[in-house]
Amino acid sequence: MLGSIYALVALGYTMVYGILGLINFAHGEVVMIGAMVAISVVLAIGTGGLPAPIVLLAGVAVSIPACMLLGALLERVAYRPLRDAPRLTALITAIGMSIVLQNLAMIAWGRQYLSFPPLLPNEPHAFLGATVTGTQLLIVALTVSLMGALLLLINRTRLGRAMRATSQSPALAGLMGVDVNRIIMLTFMLGSALAAVAGIMIAGYYGQAHYYMGFMLGLKAFTAAVLGGIGNVSGAMLGGLALGVIESLGAGYIGALTGGFLGSHYQDVFAFAVLILVLVFRPSGLLGERVADRA
Amino acid sequence: MRRWLFIQALRLPLVPSAAGASASPLARGMVLALAVAALLLAPFLVDALLGRAWVRVLDLVMLYTMLALGLNIVVGFAGLLDLGYIAFFAVGAYLYALCASPHFGLYLPFWLLLPAAAVLAGVFGVLLGAPTLKLRGDYLAIVTLGFGEIIRIFLNNLNAPINLTNGPQGITMVRPIEVAGVSMAQVHSIGPLSIPALYNYYYLFLALTLLVVFVSIRLQHSRVGRAWVAIREDELAASASGVNTRNLKLLAFALGASFGGIAGSLYASFQGFVSPESFGLMESIMVLCMVVLGGMGHVRGVVLGAVLLVALPEALRYIGPMQRSLFGQVMVEPSDLRLLLFGIALVLVMRWRPAGLWPSPVRRREFAAAPAAGGSASTGPEPRP
Repeated sequence: MLGSIYALVALGYTMVYGILGLINFAHGEVVMIGAMVAISVVLAIGTGGLPAPIVLLAGVAVSIPACMLLGALLERVAYRPLRDAPRLTALITAIGMSIVLQNLAMIAWGRQYLSFPPLLPNEPHAFLGATVTGTQLLIVALTVSLMGALLLLINRTRLGRAMRATSQSPALAGLMGVDVNRIIMLTFMLGSALAAVAGIMIAGYYGQAHYYMGFMLGLKAFTAAVLGGIGNVSGAMLGGLALGVIESLGAGYIGALTGGFLGSHYQDVFAFAVLILVLVFRPSGLLGERVADRA
Repeated sequence: MRRWLFIQALRLPLVPSAAGASASPLARGMVLALAVAALLLAPFLVDALLGRAWVRVLDLVMLYTMLALGLNIVVGFAGLLDLGYIAFFAVGAYLYALCASPHFGLYLPFWLLLPAAAVLAGVFGVLLGAPTLKLRGDYLAIVTLGFGEIIRIFLNNLNAPINLTNGPQGITMVRPIEVAGVSMAQVHSIGPLSIPALYNYYYLFLALTLLVVFVSIRLQHSRVGRAWVAIREDELAASASGVNTRNLKLLAFALGASFGGIAGSLYASFQGFVSPESFGLMESIMVLCMVVLGGMGHVRGVVLGAVLLVALPEALRYIGPMQRSLFGQVMVEPSDLRLLLFGIALVLVMRWRPAGLWPSPVRRREFAAAPAAGGSASTGPEPRP
């Protein structure tokens, strides 16, 4: 559940990394802005007259283009001028953009939590011996179908082929007639659209959103991407799901395992512990190929 | 590798000229004397011109200069991007706070705690460095970030079942520093001069900051410093040239961390209070900004970065009243604006001055030379998986 949201966000990281070799630190903030925009739209329309699904869809319909625009803007303004710069420069720029977006959101929406109106069905169902709510089912179903569509897009279409070519060698792809700048921008937009969906999901699931929510989410999603093998699209999906499970189980059982010494508020430690272990023992991730020495 | 040899070749003739600056010994002596006088009189001048609050800012400038110089060893000299540096600051601060407050009823002397903080933080530095030796660049950044968060989460939660850190409330009533029986927190008078607490701390911090600056500069020009630069430029070439990269990277982590630990224990005694929220990721990024904006690997640049980034947010306080006089009300809270401006500054500096505001001569030349040298050799980006 949580895992499928991580997976969606991780996809955005992994696609950008695959093409540019850049960790887009600001991706978590795109998720946050997606959630905030959707909530604003939903609140503006109001839950009075129209049926809930239509209101929700209106939120989604505004939020996705907004995030795509934001992603394209990020790429154009912050990252494109630095494409040949040292890695550290690009990374610090990404951190800077993340701070900028976070604080713009804070100024725009304020410091308080925005609550998401309960538009989704929330009554529990029994499913294979477990209890799940309609929202959870919807999130999982939507994630699976989005991922399927993304895999089809990458492996079967012309655009996907151009993306794969660009990620292998931008210079050669350019020689073969691929408009590299356009492909990179489209990759950012695609990742941001997924981020918007993830943002709406997480806001719908927790029933609230906050200007600071993107940061931790982004870090965890990045962990998921590394866990699955960064640059690898199916790896990101697997990594996201695995991380969600590890975190939930870990938080659930840590008290019993340590005799009550450590409690479930150590949940966030798990993501980082997993990240460190993976990077130390298997830096290429679960599905990644062996990576040659990188500079 | 070619680039590294190039740097090594540059280094020899460059060091003396950087130090000499083509001025006569007399003129240099005058400048030095003026600088010393300015530093010694600074709190009096600042107090008289800007008010007591700015003396406090001056103290913080010193503190952050130490911190930034510590991080500069790791990031600037050895090129290891550390996003969890504040954890070492936290270790030093908590060590001091726990051993000099009513929390455990311990009151160990300052001269014992300061080295202890340096050593403990250094050990943590090695703890972080050892498993991450193989990692580079982005991955290292993320792991160090995770490490910093883990330390913070533990500090936040280690109040149960054994109350070790007092959790989110933090530790209060940390005893101020006493040097030779003279408490830093009291007003002292020497003849007609009365010296308030903030001044005491200023002189103590100034002395330690100068020490840190001195150590940094000596390190930079030492064999170890040159080896770090070699690692930063090309680790493979460095190790092929006989540099023990493992030990030197660990040394960089340990030394950088111990500077952070010292600054942390000073901070704890200065504030009289520590809590986990002072050691968040944003603080790490702040310190990194000082290093990067000032000029990575350049001691003077980093000092400039620390001064700017501590003093400017204070100056931003005046934006509130300014807005009121312009628009009739406060449109945007100045405190909200602070981080936003940081972010923008980071992006802009990276875009137009990637080597920092005051880069070291070597780095400046390197950045200027890079497009010319790389342009003809290969236009492709770096190899990646």
